[in-house]
Formats: sequence, C-alpha cells, structure tokens
Amino acid sequence: MIAVFRWLIWREFSLALRRKAEVLTALLFFVIVVSLFPLGIGPEIDTLREIAPGVLWVAALLASMLSLNRLFADDYIDGTLEQLIISSQPLALLVFGKILIHWVLTGLPLVLISPILGMQLGMDADSIIILMLTLLIGTPVLSLIGAVGAGLTLGVRGGGVLLSLLILPLYIPVLIFGAGAVESAQAGLGVEAHFSLLSAFLTGSLILAPLGAAAALRISLD
Amino acid sequence: MNFFTKAFWLQFSSPKTFYPVAGKLIPVFMTVTIVLTFIGLYYGFVLAPPDYQQGDSYRIMFIHVPAAWMSMWIYIVMCIFAIIGMVWRTRLSDMMAGALAPTGAMFAFLALWTGALWGKPTWGTYWVWDARLTSELILLFLYFGFIALRAAIDDPQRAARASALLACVGVINVPIIYFSVKWWNTLHQGASVGLTQKATMADSMLTAMMVMSFAFWAYTFAVAFMRVRNEILEREKNSAWVAETFSQKEGGSK
Repeated sequence: MIAVFRWLIWREFSLALRRKAEVLTALLFFVIVVSLFPLGIGPEIDTLREIAPGVLWVAALLASMLSLNRLFADDYIDGTLEQLIISSQPLALLVFGKILIHWVLTGLPLVLISPILGMQLGMDADSIIILMLTLLIGTPVLSLIGAVGAGLTLGVRGGGVLLSLLILPLYIPVLIFGAGAVESAQAGLGVEAHFSLLSAFLTGSLILAPLGAAAALRISLD
Repeated sequence: MNFFTKAFWLQFSSPKTFYPVAGKLIPVFMTVTIVLTFIGLYYGFVLAPPDYQQGDSYRIMFIHVPAAWMSMWIYIVMCIFAIIGMVWRTRLSDMMAGALAPTGAMFAFLALWTGALWGKPTWGTYWVWDARLTSELILLFLYFGFIALRAAIDDPQRAARASALLACVGVINVPIIYFSVKWWNTLHQGASVGLTQKATMADSMLTAMMVMSFAFWAYTFAVAFMRVRNEILEREKNSAWVAETFSQKEGGSK
C-alpha cells in the first residue's frame, strides 16, 4: 500500500514537473488578482491594509479553485483513473495522494508568496505571519473540499462553472475564519478561536474529503 | 389492508403505486394549505397584538420564521431521501429529493427576502453580514448547486447518486445556520421559540407562527408531489401502466 502511494506521489510530481506552466498559472493568477485591487481601489495604504486579509484570502480561494478542474481531468481522459479505481488499493488513499500533490503544487506556493503580497498591501510583520499560518492551514482544506466537487463534475458538460457553484458555498466558512484571523491579528485581538476552527476544518476534511472524493469518482466513472 | 405491515408502506416506493396516491393527496394538501394560511394570517394580522417595540412591522415574522424553518427542514428531508435513494436504489426517493429542492430554494429565498424587508425598518438596513444571514445565503447557494448538478447530468441514475453525495456534504451547513445565533453573537436575535423553554411571545403570535409552518409543510408536500408525478411520467413514459392510465382517462372511465 505504501509502495503504491509512493509510486503515485512520484508519478504526480514528475507529471507536474513536465507541465510547469500549469503549476505556475495558479500562482500567477493569485499575484495578478491581488495586484489588481490597488489599481481598482486606489493606492491609499490605509484602505489597502484594511482590506488586505480579505483580498488575499479571496484571491487564494479563486486561485486554488482555478486549478481544481485539472485534478482528475487528465487521468480521466487517458484512462488512468479507471485503473486506479479497479486497483486493489483503497481508492481514498490514492485520491488523498493526488490531493496532497495538488496542494503542494498549487496551495503551498500561494502560502510562500503571500508575505510579499501582504507587504505590497501594507500589512505589518505580525499580521503577515498570521496570514501565512492561516493560509497554511486553510489551503489544504480548499484542495480537499475541492476534490469532492472535482470528482462530482468530472466529465459533466459545463463542469468548470458548475464546479465553482458547488464548491464556493462550501469554501465560505474557511474564508470567514481565515480572513477573520488575520483581521483579528491586525486589530490586536486573540486569534486562537479562529485557528482552532480552521484546524477543525482541516482535521475533518482530511478524514472525510478523500472518502467523499473517492465516492464521487466511483459515481462519475460508473 | 393492514397499515402496520412493512409491505403496506413499501408498496408506495413503486412509482406505479405512488402516482395515483400522490394525485389524490395533492388536492388534500392544497386545501389544507389554503385553509391554514387563512387561519394563520388571520391570527397573525388580526388577533396578534402589535409588538411593544416594533409596532406592526414584526408581523412579517409569520412568513419569515416558518419559511426559514422550512428551508432548513426541506434540506434535511431532501438529504434523507437522497441517502435512502443511494442506499436502497429506490427511484422514487431520488425523485422526491429532486422535487423538494426547488421548494427549499424558494423558502430560503423567501426567508432572506422577508428578512430584508423586516430588517430595513428594524435594524435600519436590508442586509448585514451577520452569521445567520450569511449561512442562510449559503443554504440558498447549496440548493442552487444541487439543482444545477442534477440538471447537468443526463443519466438519471448518475445524477441521483452525484446529487445525493453533494446533499450529504452540504447538510453540514444546516446545524451551523440553526446554532449561528448562539455561536456568534451578531445582529440576528436568538430564537424565541424552542422545545426546551417557554416561547417568549404572546400565545396568539405563537399560534400564528405554528399554523403558518403547518401550512408551509402542506404546501411543500403538494408541490413536491406534483413535481414527482411529472418526473414519474417523464421517466416511465414508455411503460405499460402509463399508457394504460392515460388511455383510461381518455375513455372517460377513470
């Protein structure tokens, strides 16, 4: 089981490394969307600092959703997904491996680049650390929940738009507490409650989302 | 006919048996809806005293609160039907889940709309990003997602199972809405009606609210049965019993 998991991780990584542009798209999207806000709203740094947590979180959410379409699509087209389903290994584990790599390649870069964007929007050092931490806990939840939606909309016409309709409502709690933690930090209030809830979302979705996504794939490939 | 045997109840899971039964029940539920709505609104608009703070503007609560209750209940009932359909592969349960969704979405919208109309004179604003309002809005989006996913998948069996899974994921939101006024102390006030304590309102107000929610339940059943009957005909249009039913009707000997 571990050998198969290791093989899957290696496979996903090498596939991603051969399509670097796709990996970079989500990151560039994140940077560009965040940079649009000062252009649209105006360069007053106080206003920007105030909206920074929300802007960064919404942009991260959209960027991670943008790449969800690709999560299973290629494997679905070339038949790999069917092989994964009929393999003797638990499908949820394999799906978890795919989600993990998806997060490492799209979620983690967002976390790493967020301090620069935070500084651009005039956030102070402490809030930026909180922002990075919330993104570090929050973006895996986005990938996990998103995988269920990606599985459900696989091969459905108009899947991309439908995916956002299904997934965005479920993203809202993560957004509220992720951005809320950064706002509390900026206001000098405690952030433990937000972090507890975000961690609870992560724990819950770590357990349930791979099972849900596996069930969704079985339905889609029935 | 024994009402207490399993076989008696199970026969209604067959579309063929359910179709005429639903047809007979629709007028009953519709009558109940109309009668209860009149009673409820009479209690609410005439008998219930004006609120000492809000005057008469609170009276929209007799629509708002039952609609909000219904929007949550219908989601749960829809989810239960979806799970039954997924576990036992009964076609009718899935059709019921699909038939309930538009009504649930309508009630969620109605709750938000009436809430906005009430909020303007009372809170001074149509909309605030309060925990309960936001989670009710999410519920409306979840209904839309459920309806859109069913509409996007052509194969009814696959649509049934996919939407069932989605309904189960989304049902997490329902307790969040219900307890949001307790968990986050934001603008929306706490519940005035509960099982554990005495309702903090006049009896006539409570009566109006209860009667209205029963009226909404009856309405929900009536329209859901109408949709299910259409769905049954749509899916079973090639079967013998549908042809038989309609040839009899045309012959005038229903």
